[in-house]
Amino acid sequence: MIENDNIIEVKGLVKKFGNFIANDNLTFDVRRGEIFGFLGANGAGKTTAIRILSGLLYPTSGDVKVAGFNVYKEREKVKKNIGYMSQKFSLYEDLTVRENIRFYGGIYGMSKKYIKEKTELLLERLKMQEIQNTLIKSLPLGWKQKIAFSVAIFHNPKIVFLDEPTGGVDPITRRDFWEMIYETSHSGITVFVTTHYMDEAEYCDRVSIMDQGRIEALGKPGELKEKYASQNMNEVFIKIAR
Amino acid sequence: MNKLTVRLNLFVKLIRMRKIKFILQKEFIQIFRNRTMLPLIFGIPIIQLVILVHAATLEMKSIEVFVVDKDLSSLSHKIVNKFDGTPFYEIAGVSFSLDEAYEAIEKDEADFILHIPYGFERDLIRENKSEAQLFINGINAMTAGLINVYSISIISEFNKNIIVDLTKMPQVKNMNPINISESYWYNPELNYKIYMLPGILVILVTIISMFLAAMNIVREKEIGTIEQLNVTPISKVEFIIGKLVPFMIIALFELAFGLLIGKVFFHVPIVGSLWLLFGFTFVYLLAVLGIGLFISTISSTQQQVMFIAFFFMLVFILMSGIFTPTESMPMWAQRVNIINPFYYFMRVIRMILLKGSGLWDISKELISLLIYGIIMLSLSVWKYRKVA
Repeated sequence: MIENDNIIEVKGLVKKFGNFIANDNLTFDVRRGEIFGFLGANGAGKTTAIRILSGLLYPTSGDVKVAGFNVYKEREKVKKNIGYMSQKFSLYEDLTVRENIRFYGGIYGMSKKYIKEKTELLLERLKMQEIQNTLIKSLPLGWKQKIAFSVAIFHNPKIVFLDEPTGGVDPITRRDFWEMIYETSHSGITVFVTTHYMDEAEYCDRVSIMDQGRIEALGKPGELKEKYASQNMNEVFIKIAR
Repeated sequence: MNKLTVRLNLFVKLIRMRKIKFILQKEFIQIFRNRTMLPLIFGIPIIQLVILVHAATLEMKSIEVFVVDKDLSSLSHKIVNKFDGTPFYEIAGVSFSLDEAYEAIEKDEADFILHIPYGFERDLIRENKSEAQLFINGINAMTAGLINVYSISIISEFNKNIIVDLTKMPQVKNMNPINISESYWYNPELNYKIYMLPGILVILVTIISMFLAAMNIVREKEIGTIEQLNVTPISKVEFIIGKLVPFMIIALFELAFGLLIGKVFFHVPIVGSLWLLFGFTFVYLLAVLGIGLFISTISSTQQQVMFIAFFFMLVFILMSGIFTPTESMPMWAQRVNIINPFYYFMRVIRMILLKGSGLWDISKELISLLIYGIIMLSLSVWKYRKVA
């Protein structure tokens, strides 16, 4: 590909809510195919940034390009190329697993036949054939999160945004979930993930650490640990956030 | 010109049936999976029509009269008998004391007093005129008016007969050179139910469609799925159409179901064309669903929707002309009715069902509602934001 290797380019992104500055002059790039960790404490401005990148919020100023398209002007083109999984739960509780997949596949414009074939493969991979006709509301949280993630990448986007995808589940389920993230990354989809679990930061190719609306550090986990003379990402984070 | 065609093409491209089909499928699954939904769709029409049509009646029945006959003459007896003899009046009490009669009114045991003073018959024979009094409880102005009119008609009927009796004149007809003969059109028996049922049907169809549409989008906001939809490339128009069609179908079904009940239980006449009625209802629903969708785009919780929708619904219903003719409302109220969708449908459903009005007769209402619907739907498409 002749395009450059950055799939997300952010220059001077500012988002204000009244007097409150949620994102203060963010500048960073995300490389094609990597797992990019977007870390920070609660309220640091991670969700605001991810919502701007996925076209749910207008930035106050700055230049944001996602998958080569301008987020303000080419919103609909951006939307075809991204997947999004919010921290708020996004599947329909009163629909079954299969119905949820079919609906989201459908509104991305896929044909019925294609959806059907792809759903079979997906259910097999998730080992969820037996619960395909179960209502979402009767499934445990960890399963719901796996399905929500699968739905978010069902239309083969170039990037998937995951906003605190592992909130509220046990370490084993989190581990499983990260396996899925790796698989996704291997299949060529760029993963942009926010989290406040610092152990998860170790799994990322590169991370940025946000504090009070600003990016305070950006780099490979190994580099950051070296730079801040820390044993693990937790220490790095505490040193940055003081 | 070129720009316009590009825009039009873009618009057509934005609406893809395939995507809408998936939204419809999902909406219908959700509606019919919801356990409160089916009883709502079938139960409400039966209850509203069967109970309300009977209850919301303006017909006078068993109006209680308290008689104070101080004259106790044969003439006063005849008058009292006339009042007693009608199916509308019942004698609640008889006394010589007006105070006792007042008390009965205060206790709400009587609706009006018929007072025949002492010397009633004597005055009539000697002076050729006499007076009786009616005291009517005016709290319910409508009933009071009806009592007044009806009592006067009893007494004037009575007048004619006394003149005959007293004067023994042979040519009675000459006494009434002008003879008024009445004939009521379209509802010859003045059957109140036939008038009320279409009105209640209007309320039913409107409430169901407006509330369901308004609650639907706001529900997606509350559970957060709207955000997931907003990150997809689905267009606003596709989304609104997908949300609109299911409620359109349910509302049209409600109308059919309500008409069936009306036909079977109340023998409501269907003089005009059903095609025209359903066609008009379709246009009407565009406006009503437009209002519902608009309310849901400006609200963020179901509670807000309930309050806003309830407020407008109440005002609109009372001003719609379901009980009282809108023509007798003050001018400003008639002007306000321009934005009252109920007003149009209330008129037209009665015109089509009872009078058999045709397309030409209802064209004014049809065009008004069409414009109304286009405005409301455009407003809700415009107001529905995929980006905050």
